[in-house]
Amino acid sequence: MAGQVATGSRRGLRSALPLLLPAYLWLTVAIFLPLSAMVFFSFMTELPLSGKAWSFTLDNYASFFSQPLYLTLLAASLRLGLEVTLWCVVIGYPAAYVLAKVLRGRSREAIFLLVILPFWSNGLVRIFSWAMVLREGGILDTALNAVLPFKINIDLMYSYPAVIIGLVHSYVPYMVLTCYLTLQAIDDSLIEAGRSLGASRLQMLKRVIIPLSMPGLVAGAALIFVPVVGSFMEPRILGGRTGTFYGTIIEDQFVAVFNWPLGAALSFILLAVVLVILALASPVLRRAA
Amino acid sequence: MATTRFLEWCGRLYIWLLLAFLYLPVIIMALMSFNVSPFYQLPFEWTTEWYALLWQNDQLFSATWNSLEIAIITTVIATVLGSAASLALYRHEFRGKKVLQALLFPPIAIPWLITGTAMLIFFFGVGIGRGLFAILLGHVALALPYVIVVVSARLQTFAPELEEAARSLGANQWQVTWRVTLPWIMPGVIAGGLFAFAVSFDQFVVSYFLSTPGQTTLPVEIYAAIRKGFTPEINAVSTIIIVVSMALMLLTARFFKFGGEK
Repeated sequence: MAGQVATGSRRGLRSALPLLLPAYLWLTVAIFLPLSAMVFFSFMTELPLSGKAWSFTLDNYASFFSQPLYLTLLAASLRLGLEVTLWCVVIGYPAAYVLAKVLRGRSREAIFLLVILPFWSNGLVRIFSWAMVLREGGILDTALNAVLPFKINIDLMYSYPAVIIGLVHSYVPYMVLTCYLTLQAIDDSLIEAGRSLGASRLQMLKRVIIPLSMPGLVAGAALIFVPVVGSFMEPRILGGRTGTFYGTIIEDQFVAVFNWPLGAALSFILLAVVLVILALASPVLRRAA
Repeated sequence: MATTRFLEWCGRLYIWLLLAFLYLPVIIMALMSFNVSPFYQLPFEWTTEWYALLWQNDQLFSATWNSLEIAIITTVIATVLGSAASLALYRHEFRGKKVLQALLFPPIAIPWLITGTAMLIFFFGVGIGRGLFAILLGHVALALPYVIVVVSARLQTFAPELEEAARSLGANQWQVTWRVTLPWIMPGVIAGGLFAFAVSFDQFVVSYFLSTPGQTTLPVEIYAAIRKGFTPEINAVSTIIIVVSMALMLLTARFFKFGGEK
């Protein structure tokens, strides 16, 4: 009898439904329906609000492909994503390696927490904090002029490098986290064995450590590249007039120009690009899992 | 061995440089919120004037209140619904379970710019419009997948025999859940709740598209202020936010191990 009750509660969707339904209903209303609605609206001439006449059209997509501005900006955003991702690999991977293979015990735990802590704090505020550092007469300027014998003017604020610095600062903890998880899983005895067989440090890195930690690198790269391509707040604050990217154009359609159907089309194109990238990354990730 | 020690030393130095890169801007921003000069001029002179001004700024005050309110309600709803869904996913086998689990990732993986604008369009279309209620709807949806992932991770460490044992001793489904399962997964539920609070309290992009001038949250208000020009008041309120959210994550770390070493 008891066994029957137990197995009875373990089978079937129907008994799971009362617990599942509220959460998934909420996700449907607030995520999946909106994403579908966005696709629908992107084929309209006008929003069907306040009695305006509307009809279906391909114009919104046509204007993306006919006006070089949008393609140029999408290319600029993809390049931004690529550069930020590369910097995150260059800066984050060695840090993940030191955390996983050099540090031990409590100091490793504490430093690991310190590295990923900022990533859970407010992103907007952290971007703003760079404005304090980068502007002319800011801290970097003052500090460098106090140390260097000659006078230089550091005014990185409102420039492309400022956007890169801010974004790398925001996203490098992702790379440290994902690489750390895969590096930590590499058995130390494997490294010792390779070394005792005469492999140099560089050979070990190239032949063993980097290939084994590839899933972490790919996961980190996907997690960074995708949001950077869609970023708009960071370029706005740190890039000023030079900070026009694909994301800021979408923002404009919704908060300044009020051309929502075009904004929806631009958003959907971005979503398609993002999905292609995630699909490309998924074989490597699945092999790891 | 000498080279090994030298390399290890370099590695440690490198980690400290990375920490400096991550923390110095935030520390400088915090220091500037205690500086007298409104134009961030040095030398540094101590004041708490900007925090006092903050106290009188009604707009920031009501935005802070909205943020806290929405974060707390989001935490309660997302934790309850998310924990329930994780329990169902853990206990039951059914067709399409993999699909349901896979559906948790779009809200996390799709850039908030896309989700936020999509919500704006849809909520407008169905008559919900913009404002605090729309923001709450969005925040709960963004927080739910995090809660489900964290609570499910904790459930992986739970032995199903415990539920069987309780049942064979005559406990009914409610008693099993309340007295056996829930106490065991509590650390996961608390961590999930703290994640939900952080997701909501720090959320900017989605709130930005869903807010109206009167009904807005603190990050949106800060963004508007930054675009008008920098003032030490923004530093002051930013400092408060960063201290609150970092303290919150330190608290979360007590319940949930990020390194996955467990």
